[in-house]
Amino acid sequence: MPEGNIVLNKPVPAGTSHELELIDRVQRGENHLFYELVRPYERRVFAAAMAILRNESDAEDVAQEAMLKALRAIRQFRADARFSTWLIQITVNEALMRRRKERSGVMEAIDDRRDEESDYAPRDFADWREIPSEALERKEVRQRLAQALASLDRKYREVFVLRDMEQLNIQETADALGISIASVKTRLLRARLMLRDLLAAGWEQGWFSRLPFEKGTKPW
Amino acid sequence: MVNDNIVNCEHVWREISNYLEGDIEASLRARMDQHFQTCSACRSLLEGTRNVVQLYGDERMIEVPSGFGSRLQHRLAQSRRTPGRSWSPWSAWLVPLAALLLITGGVRIASSRTVPQPLLSAHAQPARDIPPDMVVVVSADAKEFHVPGCEFIHNKDRERTLTAKEAVQQGYVPCVRCMRKYLQTASAGRTSLEMEATSQPDTAAPKQDGGE
Repeated sequence: MPEGNIVLNKPVPAGTSHELELIDRVQRGENHLFYELVRPYERRVFAAAMAILRNESDAEDVAQEAMLKALRAIRQFRADARFSTWLIQITVNEALMRRRKERSGVMEAIDDRRDEESDYAPRDFADWREIPSEALERKEVRQRLAQALASLDRKYREVFVLRDMEQLNIQETADALGISIASVKTRLLRARLMLRDLLAAGWEQGWFSRLPFEKGTKPW
Repeated sequence: MVNDNIVNCEHVWREISNYLEGDIEASLRARMDQHFQTCSACRSLLEGTRNVVQLYGDERMIEVPSGFGSRLQHRLAQSRRTPGRSWSPWSAWLVPLAALLLITGGVRIASSRTVPQPLLSAHAQPARDIPPDMVVVVSADAKEFHVPGCEFIHNKDRERTLTAKEAVQQGYVPCVRCMRKYLQTASAGRTSLEMEATSQPDTAAPKQDGGE
């Protein structure tokens, strides 16, 4: 299987020389540089915790705990891995442990056991109305998209966030969540299709009605 | 599997995600491309799914609470101050206490009440003044914890990192070579490090902090 996504996502660059130097210095004990090292990824770390815990306060606490663990374990990091992936995997691990401890996911866990393989028919829309990425400048658009994502079952949301938002590859997503590659693919397909349906339905409900479109662009 | 040159819409639905990932065989990709040319519904599906991934993959979709970064920075700074604590509060009052015991002749009483802890290794000696958050290394099938890089670490390919406090909680003892400066030869009961470790039994870190 080819690594990564050759069609869609922008590739996540390997560690820059500056990052590698920071890692080396922190590994040698210059702990005061650690925040500078993780700062570019702090948003993604929070999002990973949020995808699993769905509570801002818990997600922030877990993100902080994960960063402290990463600092303590920094010597275990090997330069042949992506630092961002390593951080996110630690965060996912920490968030899953927190959820298990608090048993907050009992109801959703029951839901996880059904419907994995059943067929899903996407809604039939005659044409797709492209939502341009510039629309993300608007807070209401971001909120609508976040609401659509939050409405997905946990098993779909987690896989989608790790693969499509955190840019982990399929194997890394499977490892982080402790599920099979086949499950990642199945859930990812379903999550993407459901979000497409939700966004298309959102058009009908006027979510994006005030989006600016270039003259001549087909509205639907 | 599809054996002829035609894929139907349902097959496209099932494979659309793999198609976007570039995770399908070339022959199937070609047949899907052909299908997209003639089927507007599946073309719409492809465009919509691609749009979804592009939108959610945008950095702007990740929002963090206000002040998140500064709070993280503060907590990291706090954690850096903690390892610097090397039991000076103890030593500060241990000296006058020892003098008091000598004066009152209480030394014998004190020593008779001290219960020496069994040590896991024959080479082990009680430790003191090891900062509890000091990063140390342990390895499989060994009983000592070491300063990272110590040449006496066995099974270096199976080593893991943890704090000194966690190492003591998990039953490891300090290496007599690299930890020499923290060791004392006199038998003293439980060290301050051990006392702190046993008072917080739930703080042991997981053995694996994420993969690579």
